[in-house]
Amino acid sequence: MSVLVYTESENGKFKKNAHEVASYAYEVAKQLGTTATAISINASKAEELGDFGISKVLNVSNDQLKTFNAKAFANVIGQAAEKEAAKVIILSSSADTKFLAPILTAQLEAGYVPNVVSAPESTSPFKVKRTVFSNKGFAITEISSEIKIVGVSNNAFGNAENKTATTVESFEPSLKDDSFTTKSIEIDKVVGKATIADADIVVSGGRGLKGPENWGMIEELAEVLGAATACSKPVSDLGWRPHGEHVGQTGKPVASNLYIAIGISGAIQHLAGVSSSKVKVVINTDPEAPFFKAADYGIVGDAFEVVPKLIEKLKEFKAQNA
Amino acid sequence: MKILVCLSNVPDTTSKINFTDGDTKFDTNGVQFVINPNDEFGLTRAMWFKEKQGATVHVATVGEASTEPTIRKALAIGADEAIRVNAVPTDGFFVAEQLAEIVKNGEYDLVIAGRESIDYNGGMVPGILATLLGMNFVNTCISLEIDGNNATATREIDGGKEKLATTLPLVIGGQKGLVAESDLRIPNMRGIMMARQKKLNVVEPTSSNSVTADVKFEKPAPKGKVTLVDADNIDELINLLHNEAKVI
Ligand SMILES: Cc1cc2nc3c(=O)[nH]c(=O)nc-3n(C[C@H](O)[C@H](O)[C@H](O)COP(=O)(O)OP(=O)(O)OC[C@H]3O[C@@H](n4cnc5c(N)ncnc54)[C@H](O)[C@@H]3O)c2cc1C
Ligand SMILES: Nc1ncnc2c1ncn2[C@@H]1O[C@H](COP(=O)(O)O)[C@@H](O)[C@H]1O
Repeated sequence: MSVLVYTESENGKFKKNAHEVASYAYEVAKQLGTTATAISINASKAEELGDFGISKVLNVSNDQLKTFNAKAFANVIGQAAEKEAAKVIILSSSADTKFLAPILTAQLEAGYVPNVVSAPESTSPFKVKRTVFSNKGFAITEISSEIKIVGVSNNAFGNAENKTATTVESFEPSLKDDSFTTKSIEIDKVVGKATIADADIVVSGGRGLKGPENWGMIEELAEVLGAATACSKPVSDLGWRPHGEHVGQTGKPVASNLYIAIGISGAIQHLAGVSSSKVKVVINTDPEAPFFKAADYGIVGDAFEVVPKLIEKLKEFKAQNA
Repeated sequence: MKILVCLSNVPDTTSKINFTDGDTKFDTNGVQFVINPNDEFGLTRAMWFKEKQGATVHVATVGEASTEPTIRKALAIGADEAIRVNAVPTDGFFVAEQLAEIVKNGEYDLVIAGRESIDYNGGMVPGILATLLGMNFVNTCISLEIDGNNATATREIDGGKEKLATTLPLVIGGQKGLVAESDLRIPNMRGIMMARQKKLNVVEPTSSNSVTADVKFEKPAPKGKVTLVDADNIDELINLLHNEAKVI
């Protein structure tokens, strides 16, 4: 009866969140007096999960699973859970995992709690802390079903190194044809650039930037910092930036280490989506902008003057610290 | 084509969140309830299917009588009929089981739900529902076209989007993008009058148990005061981010 964790990979390499959920699974396994097993699909260096406390990896190598398929992947994880007699399953909060999680939940008649921010409060009864009301509150949620699924919020638990001897077993699930009735026909994805979901730093622009032609400096700032770019809702509604960049309560959540908000007023719906970011910096001409109340650091000033200076100074800083 | 739009009844996005009864309940005092924003995009897309492709559109909510103003709003926007399952929506699995019963009985081809409810952010009802019924499922759906029995859907992924080909019967977890913000409709007088004549069927829940329960709530710790840095002293900001916050 181990704890099972699904560790996502992309082109054979584990995604950043795989180390975090592995660390979380190890912690839960410790609390339950058992070990943590990972299920990975087409990962090439599965043994590296031993650094994060994983004792066994079930690795699936299958060409039919080269492209993500929510139903098929949920099936694979379900079969791994059965093999391991796992009663607790740990998942990440990526878009793909949030797609497969409810399918897995229904298949296993499990209780699923997403957006969990810390190690279980207790394991008997099984209680976890999660965000609710779009980060405006927390709930302690008890799961009473036999099988329990915990979705860990991005960047909430962090990575914990625990060198553990790992065995990698190849695992051959049986795939069902009816899993493939939904087919991927085209993926349009930025490569080689940080995404809002996994970036350590996010640089975000609001209506204060006046127009799409002024985003050059936002992109340059993001590049200097290795950050992802984001925007407020009106900016994407106006078509200045793509919809995928809209963050907030009705857009994407941001849980980066650093969030830099430029020309964003800090409306309650915007703040709800970015409050999980650890450190927030605000640049705004208006000292009364509500965002200053939610920020850690702030500059009252004109973005068109401050941002170019910030880029220049950061370049110097990076050169010195390289 | 018969479409069911699932409506979750949630606090308006501007609501202040408070808890009561020793922090065991959400305090609804002074809170205005609205159609979950993700569902509003779905409902508007359903209106498009109704007007352009002759679809019939029903809406369903699992909730107590207090959710009826939200349901009436959806009828005023143009849904043809509504169903309310008379129960407190205790958790996602419970809600999905109630909706599954409705979808089975109503023989819907397409179920449009939202990516998540903005209150408890479960993000699970549409996926559980689809799986219980053996229907196809697309989550975080930002565009949907139906041609006969075939559907083309685009979903948001981390760092981009993915186009999928699938077939009806289908459940989607939708969000902004299904229609543009500017396409959202405010009910007009005629719609409101007509909504009064439309059927709002109330059904009792099928017995089923919840598997999760919120036993306690907390509010986030109050934020410390912001450290302001002079616009002419960018070096100081970099110093603070590097040495104090340790984020660069
Ligand atoms: C149902 C609903 C859901 C919503 N969901 C979201 C959501 O998910 N995400 C979201 O972002 N919003 C959301 N909103 C919108 C939200 O209420 C605000 O309207 C929006 O966040 C404001 O965007 P903004 O800060 O970019 O623009 P504004 O409010 O116009 O603010 C612009 C800011 O820029 C500053 N500024 C102007 N010039 C400069 C300059 N030269 N340099 C520096 N600063 C400057 C101004 O002082 C001002 O503070 C939602 C609204 C509703 C009703
Ligand atoms: N009580 C409910 N009644 C009807 N539909 C619901 C209810 N709760 C959730 N849904 C639907 O499921 C979607 C996802 O909700 P959730 O899983 O609660 O985050 C919502 O956007 C609605 O479309």
